[in-house]
Amino acid sequence: MASITLHNLGKLYAGGSRAVGDVNLDIADGEFIVLVGPSGCGKSTLLRMVAGLEEISEGEVRIGDRVVNKLEPAERDIAMVFQNYALYPHMSVRQNLAYGLKNRGTPKAEIERRVNEAAEILQIGPFLDRKPRALSGGQRQRVAMGRAIVREPAAFLFDEPLSNLDAKLRVAMRLEIKQLQKRLATTSIYVTHDQLEAMTLADRLVVLNGGKVEQIGTPLEVYRRPASAFVAGFIGSPAMNLIDSRAVPHLPGTAHAGMVGIRPEDLTLAPDGPIEMQVLAIEELGAQRLVHGTTGGEKLTIALPPEGSIPDSLRLSYRPDALHLFDRKTGKRIN
Amino acid sequence: MKRTIFNSQLLPWLLLAPQLAITFIFFLWPAAQAIRQSFLRQDAFGIRTTFVGFENFQRLLNSPEYLNSLQVTAVFAVSVTLLSMGFALILAVAVDRMIRSSRIYTTALVWPYAVAPAVAGILWWFIFNPTVGIMPYVLGQLGYNWNHISNPGDAMTLVVIASAWKQISYNFLFFLAGLQAIPNSLREAAAIDGAGPVRRFFDITFPLLSPTTFFLLVVNIVYAMFDTFAVIDTTTRGGPAQATNILVYKVYFDGFVGQNMGSSAAQSVFLMLIVTVLTVIQFRFIEKKVAY
Repeated sequence: MASITLHNLGKLYAGGSRAVGDVNLDIADGEFIVLVGPSGCGKSTLLRMVAGLEEISEGEVRIGDRVVNKLEPAERDIAMVFQNYALYPHMSVRQNLAYGLKNRGTPKAEIERRVNEAAEILQIGPFLDRKPRALSGGQRQRVAMGRAIVREPAAFLFDEPLSNLDAKLRVAMRLEIKQLQKRLATTSIYVTHDQLEAMTLADRLVVLNGGKVEQIGTPLEVYRRPASAFVAGFIGSPAMNLIDSRAVPHLPGTAHAGMVGIRPEDLTLAPDGPIEMQVLAIEELGAQRLVHGTTGGEKLTIALPPEGSIPDSLRLSYRPDALHLFDRKTGKRIN
Repeated sequence: MKRTIFNSQLLPWLLLAPQLAITFIFFLWPAAQAIRQSFLRQDAFGIRTTFVGFENFQRLLNSPEYLNSLQVTAVFAVSVTLLSMGFALILAVAVDRMIRSSRIYTTALVWPYAVAPAVAGILWWFIFNPTVGIMPYVLGQLGYNWNHISNPGDAMTLVVIASAWKQISYNFLFFLAGLQAIPNSLREAAAIDGAGPVRRFFDITFPLLSPTTFFLLVVNIVYAMFDTFAVIDTTTRGGPAQATNILVYKVYFDGFVGQNMGSSAAQSVFLMLIVTVLTVIQFRFIEKKVAY
């Protein structure tokens, strides 16, 4: 178990293109950090740099009190769970779990003990002598987790481990990963493009865009006070409405901002509200109802309780502190 | 696929006829002839032919020359297979690590396959020619007196190299395709699991290549035993002192040069049996044992 520090971390490819730049992050011992962003934002590259699978071109990675820049992946005392699980197909589950320990010269009895312990935690005991191809997606996922935990490493690295599972299993495994990490209290870095996964798992989120850190914070901090228009639009479902302030000139206090953001759930129906909305489509989600439309030519979505009928035109109101204001050029938050 | 229903029995048979005719005239008929001939013996002038039962086979199995040829073939086939597969695997592993120049190398490495066996034989015959070749000169500098015309070991080495060289391209292509089918994340996972490059190769890469390796093993043995006639014929002609007289070459030599048709036919039948066994092994095992 250890803390991890990323200092001015950057990745430049041979052609001169930049994948990641200027990442600074202090991860406390036992903390669960989620790197989240759209595809191509550099989150996997960042993780692979920590793992040692990708060369570090700028800055420093520290695990515990060691700078690991020049160390081989095996020497960094980390374990990684891959998106496609990367189980060794020709080895039984038991051999898969034991491989890393065997390579490190762990005594046989100790390997046996740790494998059985991990198998019990993950409930994969009955499959220990099967080959990975005889397992379902969820079971393979557990074996991949097991391979990480038998090593008792300083940190777990997860590279989109749930994206190959179906939706229902994904929700179940998400919860299990969370509980497991709490129980083992091992420092973890988890990469995902799914903002819901990020919100539910993270102690702290790191939102990345174009190889740059947009915001670091707890899920609620990021949700309540997104640091930029990008974060505002990326975190939260349904996504926050981002409206050009020129489309709503009558809203007080928005004149100096380029963009006005307001979450669909922060808008309420009010007969004398300041915003007028033309309704285009309604989505029934059961627990709530999403109404899509326009105001002043800009798209707008609101989340309402699923009651009553919706007329073609609505008037909406909001709490003043629910407005998020962003600079037009930089996209940075200004209120 | 679209299924067609024929109204009469005639048309489907007519459509199949050309293929069946070719199979029958060029494959089944000669094979049957060889089997028939293997039970017959002609006198020295080809006037009288008598039925001798299994005597041709018996004589073969009691003939030191034939047993020698069996042994030579085994040594030859195993050497060619190991040499060509070994080199091909090394080259494939090297090319698999390249990112930008791999296509150029792949293309260059495939060229030897386009060279006809006879040409390959002559090529190596010149390179190793004791009088004008470059290799005997180099070996001479190192203190080794190369002469494949009189030295059985040298002769065997020459035909093995010439035959293996031609097959490397083929093996290389299959190994490369096999390597590229192995997900990179497996090797990365092994690296994190503390396995160095050599260990990764033997623990992960090589076992995952085993279906390819087994397929190539059978193909290469078949190649070495049956497709290397031209190499032998253009270099050593089975000599010196029977040292490179592999089974296929002996069939030709005894039948067409020695004019002993009965014995040659019996040898052909043995070869047919060997091919059959190899084919059965290939189909039996390739799906079961080696799959992971």
